[in-house]
Amino acid sequence: MNQLQQTATSPTAGNPPMSVPAEQAGTWQAVCSLEDIWPNTGVCALINGRQIAIFRMKSDVLYAIDNHDPHSGANVLSRGIVGDLGGEPVVASPIYKHHYQLRTGECVEDASTQLNTYPVQLRDGMVWVKTTA
Amino acid sequence: MNEHTRILVVGNGMVGHYFVQELVKRHPDLAAAKLEVTVLGEEPRPAYDRVHLSSFFSGSTAEDLSLVEPGFYDKPGLTLRLNARASSIDRIKHTVTLSDGTSLPYDKLVLATGSVPFVPGVIGRDRENCFVYRTIEDLEAMTAAGIQAKSGVVVGGGLLGLECAKALRDMGLDTHVVEFAPRLMAVQVDEAGGQVLRSKIESLGVHVHTSRNTTAIVDGATARHRMVFFDETWLETDMIVFSAGIRPRDELARESGLAIGARGGIAIDDFSRSSDHDIYAIGECASWNDEMFGLVAPGYDMARIACAHLFDDHSTTFQGADMSTKLKLMGVDVASVGDAHGKTHGCRSFHYLDELRQIYKKIVVSEDGKTLLGAVLIGNADEFGTLQQMALNAMPLPENPEFLILPASDGKEKPGLGVDALPDSAVLCSCNNVSKGAIGEAVAAGACSIGEIKACTKAGTACGGCVPLVTQVMKAEMRKHGMAVNNHLCEHFPYSRQELYHIVRVEQIRTFDELLAKHGKGLGCDICKPTAASVLASCWNDFILKKDLASLQDSNDYFLGNIQKDGSYSVVPRMPGGEVTPDGLIAIGNIAKKYGLYTKVTGGARVDMFGARVEQLPNIWEELIAAGFESGHAYGKSLRTVKSCVGSTWCRYGVDDSVGLAVELENRYKGLRAPHKIKFGVSGCTRECAEAQGKDVGVIATENGWNLYVCGNGGMKPRHAELLASDLSKEDLIRMIDRFLMFYIRTADRLQRTSTWRDNLEGGLDYLKDVVINDYLDLGAELEAQMQHVVDNYQDEWKTAVTDPEVRKRFRSFVNSMTGDTNIMFVKEREQMRPATPEEKQQAKTIPILALVE
Ligand code: SRM
Ligand SMILES: Cc1cc2nc3c(=O)[nH]c(=O)nc-3n(C[C@H](O)[C@H](O)[C@H](O)COP(=O)(O)OP(=O)(O)OC[C@H]3O[C@@H](n4cnc5c(N)ncnc54)[C@H](O)[C@@H]3O)c2cc1C
Ligand code: SF4
Ligand code: FES
Repeated sequence: MNQLQQTATSPTAGNPPMSVPAEQAGTWQAVCSLEDIWPNTGVCALINGRQIAIFRMKSDVLYAIDNHDPHSGANVLSRGIVGDLGGEPVVASPIYKHHYQLRTGECVEDASTQLNTYPVQLRDGMVWVKTTA
Repeated sequence: MNEHTRILVVGNGMVGHYFVQELVKRHPDLAAAKLEVTVLGEEPRPAYDRVHLSSFFSGSTAEDLSLVEPGFYDKPGLTLRLNARASSIDRIKHTVTLSDGTSLPYDKLVLATGSVPFVPGVIGRDRENCFVYRTIEDLEAMTAAGIQAKSGVVVGGGLLGLECAKALRDMGLDTHVVEFAPRLMAVQVDEAGGQVLRSKIESLGVHVHTSRNTTAIVDGATARHRMVFFDETWLETDMIVFSAGIRPRDELARESGLAIGARGGIAIDDFSRSSDHDIYAIGECASWNDEMFGLVAPGYDMARIACAHLFDDHSTTFQGADMSTKLKLMGVDVASVGDAHGKTHGCRSFHYLDELRQIYKKIVVSEDGKTLLGAVLIGNADEFGTLQQMALNAMPLPENPEFLILPASDGKEKPGLGVDALPDSAVLCSCNNVSKGAIGEAVAAGACSIGEIKACTKAGTACGGCVPLVTQVMKAEMRKHGMAVNNHLCEHFPYSRQELYHIVRVEQIRTFDELLAKHGKGLGCDICKPTAASVLASCWNDFILKKDLASLQDSNDYFLGNIQKDGSYSVVPRMPGGEVTPDGLIAIGNIAKKYGLYTKVTGGARVDMFGARVEQLPNIWEELIAAGFESGHAYGKSLRTVKSCVGSTWCRYGVDDSVGLAVELENRYKGLRAPHKIKFGVSGCTRECAEAQGKDVGVIATENGWNLYVCGNGGMKPRHAELLASDLSKEDLIRMIDRFLMFYIRTADRLQRTSTWRDNLEGGLDYLKDVVINDYLDLGAELEAQMQHVVDNYQDEWKTAVTDPEVRKRFRSFVNSMTGDTNIMFVKEREQMRPATPEEKQQAKTIPILALVE
């Protein structure tokens, strides 16, 4: 990622490294304004029929993972409490409290469960998410 | 033993019953083991807990005190005959004759006849309203007399006498204790200790008269009786209770020629056998080495040993008993250990006396200063467990033994027992014979709170005196197993919930960010965030979905509804006391119909509407609010319901308006956030149709006001609530509930219901009474004020949510679309909708799925 783009897209250096849109398949889509996501909470975006949970963490660091909680079968992860376990950012499912790592999508209690993660960026106060297909 | 062994047990008291339990433990199928067991009990009811007899005065019933599990005596091979007194033994024919003339054969006879209260040979002792203190019938008679009486005298200033004096004082009588010896509790306590005890008890309003020998009881001038003493002074009183010691019931044994101890009692050997080897004697009727034991633990020991011996197990023998005692008499700690009077040759003692706070402590050490022989503690008995174990196990004394009883100065730790030095065989709980080893095993098996230890070992469940020591051992064992003993909430806060509560209150912290910045680390998690949210709400009661609070709320609080398995929500409007108008019901029906919700009457006596999607919630609430409803907080760790019975308004038995009170209480405490959910019940009479005794707070109407019960629980581990106070006016009742709830909120752990909190509360019910009723910590006014703050700041959360556009915006399935979650699907069942199963969702195209209602 080049210097210029980082300053343009993310007000902080804390976001996970992101790929440059043109270089990868998939499309970026503007979802909502940052203000639509209250600090330290999540929202769910419906993108091409897919439910994606987007979280706004401390210092406006953003993450996006599947909204579907495979342990309960319900689409609820965006409504979970966020925080960290051992420094690793996580969300706790509101149904049976499984924790999912926001960077990797891995379930802390059951490493065999893996959620999709999605690149997410803040551009001019808008939240953008990239999905494949 | 021959083919069929007939075992006859005389006496169904505490020890006799314990013996039968031991028998059944050895031979669960008595009939198959060819045992025919008959038990004779003279009293009208099976064995009950005499040790806690006094709790009868504070509301325990005969059933509460019973020691017999329902059905226990219905086993094949076991017969219990009540109202049946043995009147003679024929040792040659091996028979026992009953007072009704029938006779029963035995192969082995077990005498467990206990003892009787000793009534001194005073003229007039048979007058009306003269009582003894031993059976439930005695207490019933005392209660009846107490209603008419203004004053009462207890003859005897020993342990039981003082317990009895407390009962009289609690009945509101002007209470006197008359003691023959020059001091109170002469057996357990030395002279200086007796002095301190006396002034403590006098300061509680009980008159103490020592060195008084009663010679006659005659008619009084100002009261029913006049007690005349040997020096011709006198005292007038309406009722008298004799509690001047006990005498063993050895008459059966005497008449049949069994050996009797020097001071009475049936002489027994180390196997609990009498001089006739087909007859055992156990409990208070037995005399071992010319010694008798007026406590239950040695009796249980004898019962175990006799039972083992009966089946040719000679491995255990009776070796005397530790008579150390610790009790709380009228709120005063009194304890004695071993040789309290320093009778051992050459012993020396250390004394500590604090006349200001009325504390007296003494230890007696051996001549060489190496071991502890005995101790007396009055006013504060914190060191009891340590000292008892030191004396029992002859553990080496620290270099300066005086520090064992001196108050710790400038933060220095007192020399502890070093529980690691205790042998595994050390009996920590003498009531239930639980050793250190057993606690270790329980910890190894996963028990790691005092509540769990109590549940699986029984340690600490009788007199409770051993709880501090058991807790120490539990923690040491946990450390050994590498278990974290710290009570830190989670990795983000090195504090317990109680400590965080304190911090929030003292530093006036109002946001999680501030709390985290000052006292925590990292981002927080789903443990500390809801805990902090609950503490903040208990303290300040701000709207829980305020921007900086919303992110802390647990699944249900987060959307002010209960999340269901499919991600939809339920809606429970409040119906205070379960009362609802026809119009209210119609409105709920209409709303449910309009939004296509499933309806059900809950176990909490109100209506639940299921299957609402997030984006429907604000509209549903708006319509409910318009119909006069508010949030029922079915989602919160907060007040749920105040269940009521119909009460005196309609019910032919009701003595007070239980619905009216329930409505008032529910409206007072609604919205109160707590460590866990809180439920109330209010019943209009003792039939208890509202099941108040199964609730965190239970109220039952009496002829004279309201009785307040606390710390009950239904759910996973039901627990009966305990009587905290009786006959309260409504104002006092509310004050007591304010204090009780706030004290719980302050001191409970996260997700601890009042019942588990109570089970873990050191000092138990007495302590709770001290804090809530007697205001022993001087907290009452503060707790009431804090509650009033919460009450004054109540708001209907649904209303605040729907009127704030920012908040309302959050109630959407999708941030970028107005549609609903198509994964929420319903099918029809019994005329209503229910969530589709995963299989049904798979076949969604082939089976009828109910349309989503917008
Ligand atoms: C709806 C209801 C069942 C019903 O259809 O009747 C119910 C439903 C739930 N109960 Fe309950 N309980 C309901 C009455 C009870 C009762 C009966 C009562 O209140 O008299 C009890 C036993 C009494 C008690 O609590 O002492 C009860 C003992 C529990 C427990 C066990 C608590 C315990 O201390 O052992 C849980 C689990 C927990 O809280 O950790 C629980 C938890 C739950 C949860 C919250 C489980 C969950 O997390 O999803 C359910 C959510 C309900 C919802 O979505 O609305 N529910 N639950 C009842 C709602 C009452 C109300 O009007 O608010
Ligand atoms: C108010 C009170 C408080 C106490 N507090 C404590 C305490 O804190 N700690 C402690 O360790 N101990 C305490 N005790 C003492 C404890 O209760 C006794 O040690 C215990 O009950 C002894 O049990 P037992 O079976 O030997 O006698 P009991 O419990 O008295 O049982 C004897 C039974 O035998 C029956 N019986 C007698 N003769 C016959 C007969 N001929 N035929 C048929 N039945 C017969 C009696 O009716 C009675 O039911 C207290 C006692 C009282 C009264
Ligand atoms: S508890 Fe008593 S007053 Fe209430 S309904 Fe039942 S019988 Fe009537
Ligand atoms: S010593 Fe009485 S309960 Fe443990």
